Amino acid sequence: MKQGMNILLVGVGGQGTILASKILSHVALAQGFDVKMSEIHGMAQRGGSVVTQVRIAEKVYGPIIEPGEADVLVAFEKLEAYRWAHMLKPGGTLIINDQKIEPLPVLIGTATYPETIFDDIQQRVEKVTIVPALEIATGLGNAKASNVVLMGVLAASMDIPRQCWDEALEAKVPARFLELNQKAFQAGYDYISCS
Amino acid sequence: MKTLLTGNEAIARGAYEYGVTVAAAYPGTPSTEILENIAKYPEIYSQWSPNEKVAMEVGIGASIAGARSLVAMKHVGVNVAADPLFTAAYTGVRGGLILVSADDPGMHSSQNEQDNRFYAPFAKIPMLEPSDSQEAKDMVKTALEISENFDTPVLLRITTRIAHSQSLVELTEPQERSVKPYKKDAKKYVMIPAHGRTRRVFIEERDKQLAAYSESSDLNRIEMADPSFGVITSGIAYQYVREAFPQASILRIGMTHPIPAKKILDFAASVDVLFVVEELEPYLENQIKALGVSVIGKDILPPYGELSVSLVKAKILAALGANVETAEEGTSEGTTAGEATGIAESAAASDCDCGDAIKPFEAPVRPPVMCPGCPHRGLFYVLKDLRLVVSGDIGCYTLGTMPPLEAMDTCVCMGASVSGALGMEKANPALKGRLVAVIGDSTFLHSGITGLMDIVYNGGTSTVIILDNSITAMTGHQHNPSTGQTLMGQEAPAVDMVALVKALGVKRVVEVDPLDVDKVKQVVKAEVAAEEPSVIITRRPCALIVKNTEKPLQVEGCKGCKACIRLGCPALSFDRATRKAVVNSALCTGCGVCARVCMFDALRKGDE
Ligand code: SF4
Ligand code: SF4
Repeated sequence: MKQGMNILLVGVGGQGTILASKILSHVALAQGFDVKMSEIHGMAQRGGSVVTQVRIAEKVYGPIIEPGEADVLVAFEKLEAYRWAHMLKPGGTLIINDQKIEPLPVLIGTATYPETIFDDIQQRVEKVTIVPALEIATGLGNAKASNVVLMGVLAASMDIPRQCWDEALEAKVPARFLELNQKAFQAGYDYISCS
Repeated sequence: MKTLLTGNEAIARGAYEYGVTVAAAYPGTPSTEILENIAKYPEIYSQWSPNEKVAMEVGIGASIAGARSLVAMKHVGVNVAADPLFTAAYTGVRGGLILVSADDPGMHSSQNEQDNRFYAPFAKIPMLEPSDSQEAKDMVKTALEISENFDTPVLLRITTRIAHSQSLVELTEPQERSVKPYKKDAKKYVMIPAHGRTRRVFIEERDKQLAAYSESSDLNRIEMADPSFGVITSGIAYQYVREAFPQASILRIGMTHPIPAKKILDFAASVDVLFVVEELEPYLENQIKALGVSVIGKDILPPYGELSVSLVKAKILAALGANVETAEEGTSEGTTAGEATGIAESAAASDCDCGDAIKPFEAPVRPPVMCPGCPHRGLFYVLKDLRLVVSGDIGCYTLGTMPPLEAMDTCVCMGASVSGALGMEKANPALKGRLVAVIGDSTFLHSGITGLMDIVYNGGTSTVIILDNSITAMTGHQHNPSTGQTLMGQEAPAVDMVALVKALGVKRVVEVDPLDVDKVKQVVKAEVAAEEPSVIITRRPCALIVKNTEKPLQVEGCKGCKACIRLGCPALSFDRATRKAVVNSALCTGCGVCARVCMFDALRKGDE
């Protein structure tokens, strides 16, 4: 990674976007970049739509990524990919977890969950990677590790030495979950090359 | 060593490095993590107080006793703490005293977006505003020094984007922690009118000295570059301006009360056009205008919500463009046409112009919701079912106002549910017998007790429902005086809610498990009908703090009536094809509320 990047992680409150962004920030710092990261706390965490932003550059001023300025968008849920796709730069990369979490208006029948999310998105966004991260993590024994699977996919798309990511995992993941998360990361890392 | 910290973590680190020995707060987004992080340093005595006024008073007491102290709260909390704050401005300090006010422009998690900068001139205390985490930490040091050198509490004002954004901070070794010896000084600390009048004169003198300090302090720094236009800014807005205009001349004000008048005049004189970029009210702008300086501010920027790089850039460029037009018309005031277009062009050139922007999709909203198994859900179902008027309050249960429950009529501030209900029933007798107040355990202890006392004292008949989930949940599960544990992890006596409300004179007190919907309904009906004050305590811990041992429910024989769907549980949905309810077993906690509202017995525990 020669220049900086704006990376947006979006999902549903409770999906672990903050841990993911901490791993990412750790890596960027190790590469000698300036980093700013913005988290969401409070009411939205109760199952609302959440956005975590990581800005990486030689010098970062504002902590917020604006519409059309994200180099990479990692969506932890399909509808959130749909909601935030316009944040991507033209030509930006979209990584989507193939998981559907229906928001309450859909559950109670006052709104419909869009059926054609992937097709619609692929018409407007060139670089899309769809990852069954939940399935992969569940297969490894803990659905909660899907956030780290997605980090693995992101890592594979960025040109940063693998060792940096391994170190970041060790630094940011609690010891008792480390082995599981290392496996999850590897599965994500290998995902594109195997599929 | 440099590390990434949020503004809140940086303030906590500053408290640790610069000798704070006492810290107190009431949790509130976006301030909560300041005390949570201070609690990680056992060298500092830290505590949750029942409300912000108490926290402020603990801080004042600690300061008078000789300790460096820090008190933190969200913007609206300062309203609660304003009483002691305004007089602490008179008493001054012995150990340095910092009040952190975390404002919430854009109302990410608040009921209003008041601009707390006005508290500084109002209370006549100095104010500092950091623009990133490093400054947040450094300003803890400066604020403590100002506090002790000028004998005043100091307001450290941050906003959500400072509080919750991580940026690099250089860590240093903590300095030695010490507490000054106690010395009685009644003339300074006993604010009877005679003493107050002396201190009042002192305050004016102090203000002058602070203004002189502000003038010479590098908290307010001029970054001179292109002189064709200049921007005066502070806090997070500084970052937006710097990013939008890398070449702009900026006067960054870090000490926003008292403002450095001479520096502002000098800066204004050195640029052709002057802007002030600040979030929320024209706080700096009005003061700059009062100096006789002409400045563009809220004429082009909104006085509400958050600013952003693109907004600041667009508005300033547009204003510069307009300025060019007037210049071309012959009024040669301000920027010359050539200069301003130069800036406009170079700023526009830095905009990436590569390909078409991605058009937004229409996505259904995803509002926050009560968790699956939340103890509040059943209660709100009953309140809706009984068509009661619900005087609401602040906590997770405020979500009871959202569809499909929609069982809340008012929500103003912490504690207002209880006293507001009394006002409603006194004003409108037709509301008698149809009115309840709902308030959480932490909120009741924060400021509901006095309201309940008022109901008893003034002959009200309102029913107050205390939703006791054994935690302060919305802000991220903090302890409070009813949970039996302190911030520092010590065991503590827990408030006996029943004894407390009885002591206030309430004779009818009922406890009920909110998952038992039928019982809740029966109790609410009886208490609302009673011609005297009554309290119902719904007791069940927050679903996120207990380890769930129940199995998810199963659906069998669903008739498609959708009664359970009206609970708004994220684990329940309605399959339109089969016309049956579906339980998401990954989310369901087996709380059983849906089973109790199903008339056909179609929802059952896994093993029943
Ligand atoms: S955090 Fe606890 S109290 Fe708040 S909505 Fe979830 S279960 Fe209910
Ligand atoms: S599906 Fe029913 S039992 Fe499960 S959490 Fe929701 S209301 Fe409780």
